[in-house]
Amino acid sequence: MTLPITKTPKCYVGGAFIRSESGRVYETHRSSGEFHANIPRCTRKDVRNAVEAAAKAGAGWAKRTPYNRAQILYRLAEMLEARAPEMAAALKECRRSVDTTSPEQEVRATIDRIVHFAGWADKYEQVLGSVNPVASPHFNFTITEPMGTVGILAPEDAPLLALMTLILPAITTGNSVVALASHAAPYPSILLGEMLATSDLPGGVVNLLTGERKEMLPTFATHEHLRAVAATATQEEATALQQGAAESVKRVILHDPKTDWFSSSHDSPYSLRDFTEAKTVWHPIGA
Amino acid sequence: MPAKKSPARPRELLFGDLWEFDPAPESAEPFIAPRYGLFIDDKFTAPKSRKYFDTIAPRNGAKLSEIALANAADVDAAYTAAAKAFPAWSKLPGKERGKYLFRIARLLQDRAREFAVAETLDGGKPIKESRDFDLPMAAAHFFYHAGWADKLEFVAPGRTLQPLGVVGQIIPWNFPLLMLAWKIAPALATGNTVVLKPAETTSITALKFATILQQAGLPPGVVNIVTGAGETGAAVVDHPLAAKIAFTGSTEVGKIIQRALAGSGKKLSLELGGKAANIVFEDAPLDQAVEGIVNGIFFNQGHVCCAGSRLLVQESVADLVVAKLKRRMQVLRVGDPLDKNTDIGAINSAEQLAKIKDLVASGVKEGAELHQPSCKLPAKGFYHAPTLFTKVSQSHRVAREEIFGPVLSVLTFRTPEEAIEKASNTPFGLSAGVWTDKGSKILKMAAELKAGVVWANTYNKFDPSSPFGGYKQSGFGREGGKHGLLDYAILK
Amino acid sequence: MTAPALRRLLDEIGPVDATGIEERVAKFTTRSIKKQSKLFGLRLAVTMVDLTTLEGKDTPGKVASLCQKALCPHEGDIPMVAAVCVYPSMVKHAAKHVKGKGVKIASVATAFPSGQAPLKTRLAEVRQAVADGADEIDMVINRGAFLEGELALVQDEIVQVREACGDATLKVILETSELETYDHIRAASFLAMRVLRPGDFIKTSTGKTSANATLGNNQVMIEAIRDFYLATGTEIAMKPAGGIRTAKQALQFLIAVKETLGDAWLNNARYRFGASSLLNDLLRQLETQRTGAYQAPYTFSDDSTGY
Repeated sequence: MTLPITKTPKCYVGGAFIRSESGRVYETHRSSGEFHANIPRCTRKDVRNAVEAAAKAGAGWAKRTPYNRAQILYRLAEMLEARAPEMAAALKECRRSVDTTSPEQEVRATIDRIVHFAGWADKYEQVLGSVNPVASPHFNFTITEPMGTVGILAPEDAPLLALMTLILPAITTGNSVVALASHAAPYPSILLGEMLATSDLPGGVVNLLTGERKEMLPTFATHEHLRAVAATATQEEATALQQGAAESVKRVILHDPKTDWFSSSHDSPYSLRDFTEAKTVWHPIGA
Repeated sequence: MPAKKSPARPRELLFGDLWEFDPAPESAEPFIAPRYGLFIDDKFTAPKSRKYFDTIAPRNGAKLSEIALANAADVDAAYTAAAKAFPAWSKLPGKERGKYLFRIARLLQDRAREFAVAETLDGGKPIKESRDFDLPMAAAHFFYHAGWADKLEFVAPGRTLQPLGVVGQIIPWNFPLLMLAWKIAPALATGNTVVLKPAETTSITALKFATILQQAGLPPGVVNIVTGAGETGAAVVDHPLAAKIAFTGSTEVGKIIQRALAGSGKKLSLELGGKAANIVFEDAPLDQAVEGIVNGIFFNQGHVCCAGSRLLVQESVADLVVAKLKRRMQVLRVGDPLDKNTDIGAINSAEQLAKIKDLVASGVKEGAELHQPSCKLPAKGFYHAPTLFTKVSQSHRVAREEIFGPVLSVLTFRTPEEAIEKASNTPFGLSAGVWTDKGSKILKMAAELKAGVVWANTYNKFDPSSPFGGYKQSGFGREGGKHGLLDYAILK
Repeated sequence: MTAPALRRLLDEIGPVDATGIEERVAKFTTRSIKKQSKLFGLRLAVTMVDLTTLEGKDTPGKVASLCQKALCPHEGDIPMVAAVCVYPSMVKHAAKHVKGKGVKIASVATAFPSGQAPLKTRLAEVRQAVADGADEIDMVINRGAFLEGELALVQDEIVQVREACGDATLKVILETSELETYDHIRAASFLAMRVLRPGDFIKTSTGKTSANATLGNNQVMIEAIRDFYLATGTEIAMKPAGGIRTAKQALQFLIAVKETLGDAWLNNARYRFGASSLLNDLLRQLETQRTGAYQAPYTFSDDSTGY
């Protein structure tokens, strides 16, 4: 028997695979209890670097046509489908006794959700935008625009599905993302990074970090360049996030920690709305 | 070539006193009571604080009325009344709720002139604006939202809108009645009940509005109005019965409120400050652009969060535009806001006037060039001449801070890219203006400018059907249109 | 390759936004003119009237009574109007009544209102009117040529008419309703002004088409006059004509002048109203101001109709 080559887990930032700038890691274990991998323990500086990368990539991503964004998201579903067994195996290693769904179900639900949002990319504008019948000789319309770079704090459970449920509406609408994966179950996000890297999604549009939430949460809250943060949070975390967000009037989108991530209620254009700004444009009508 | 040359002489136009206008004061009676209580549960009630404060007319400093000072107990009474009213109001069929709002719109139209005079007396804005803008627009907001009340299932496809509960609303002094309408109309249309606090310098039209609610027969407690300053506002924000706080005002106070609400689970919408760029390209219709610039910065004495306070003009036409602007400023009439010919009225308060003067002084000190038309300002009251700064650089305070007064800073640019860069070089993102005759350039600029409202070849236009609100530190949430309704509802 | 002439002219003078112009002039209508300022404005307007009759049924008798009205619009200290405006055949009749008395004689020559006659005929008409005593000639431009882009032709015809005028003042009617857009009105204004003499006029309309002077086209034209004056020093005068029937309208036009061109244009050498029924409404309002009582229309002699 030959010794298997184990993969060094790395975070996906700016289209590259990186270790934490801190050089620190934390151990994760297989469901059997044995050592699995050393996961990067990212820091506030890693958040800062990821925001830089995301901001750089964001402008180009926002300018892609909606049709192009749709195809790239669909491509991501194709990548995940192709490596579904590998992802399911990774999920299995971090299964907890409370989980009622199988890893295969979570992978399947994630693929379906990606496809769902891929389809929204060139349609949501017609749901969320409007032409406004103003009482003056002006043409007046409201469109949505991405906010820019947004932060995502994923919950501990459903480490693939929940993470993607938070990321998808943000990138579908043309934002770039810095996401912190589940602390207890980070490995699916490591694999996800590899799939993102091969999905035609420009590097830097999605940046995935791993590590301790409490180390990075204040930075997510206060970093002025992050225009929104979406999270599931405890009462204490929510308070800290919102307090920190106030200085830059940041949008904070809180999800119920008890939400069922498998629920189809997450397949909605209104979660896209959370990551957009409405812009109203006026122009006179006259010859 | 002209057949005959006229003799050479300095070419400038003379805007003199050949035809001076006589005073034309608006004479309608505003019916302002000597003292106002709090409006809670459909009744005017004396404040538990037992305190009142004076409200004065900025046009001459004279006392107009005494306004009740609500303390935390008063605010609690208002929330209790609103919470009590909520179940019945939210269950009322939409079309019946709508009828109340239609009634309110009509009653406001009936008494528009009386309210316009009261607004001008209490706030200092020209009667021409309160009569032709604030009042018609306030009525229009109620009329527009009235029609939504029974159509909420059509706002968001696939979802229904459910009310939040009691909404606490805090509004500023620049458009007192209009901001009240922006806040109350969508809240009631979606089935919420309201505790509203007007700004302490401009409470009168809100309290007069309470009498319209009585005339409309609105059920007790659906709208409650508490008056006072910062402490009253804090009590409105902090009250546990509030499901949402809607605030329009300064970015500074907005941040305090956002911090105060952290972890409370209350919803929040903020409509905050701005430092809008008004961008004029060389191919623009320049006279209309000048009119838009004037309307952008001198409308309501510049007490407008979306005021076009930074003029960005393309270098090739900068001198021409500034010359046209100076000429146009000469015929602006500054003075008694009650005079029907006044274009620029009184600054809202002594405090605001001091703030404007301080920033103007900083502009001079930092090396910008000041221009003011010669105009006689009234001896009493709070007035400030329309002011233009040229030779302004991006780092000057007058180019960075919200002045909230009739003060315009002129900067120049050479290319569209530079215009976008300069326009975006601010933490604010409420509005922007673009002037060019080229359609594709407008759409490009409109897409690139990080602002919630972009006025192209126009400025300072508003409509109940048109969503208004900011990017970045200008706040979040929208007011007006279907977008505005979504901020007062839960999607189910 | 050179761009077509109209395109070049439009580029040179810059565009006009229609909605913006209409918003600007709406502000003039909210000015509130009271007491002494109203009296001043009404009297000023009287002195600016080109009292006009341009009917196929005009007779020497009709022109005679028009002239009496022009010289003495009403009892009391009412000033005389600026001019009477008649067809060329009526000039000699008007001359008998007003020549040398302070009211000028204006005549619409050049195959008014269509202008559709050979240039030779039009020039002859101008010369005859001047010979008969006309102080001012109101000509129409060749709108067809303008819309075709034949700007040189339009301008050349204006020059020839100007030469035919001799010392008479020339008023160039753009017929704004046929040019249709504000951009065209601005362009035509410049086209004319560039070959006019100081004190010559540009004029909105013939009064013979469906649309006449409006605050909007007046504004475009006085802004053009302002820009031209600031650029060249040449003072061009302005005459809105047709559709101004009430004192209230006239005051709004004058407010536009006050706030756009300033005091130097607030006199009848620089601004005129081509009107007929306007005069009686001005008189009526002046009497109301004087007596404090509202007046009935039949108090005022009805010697001018139409327009």
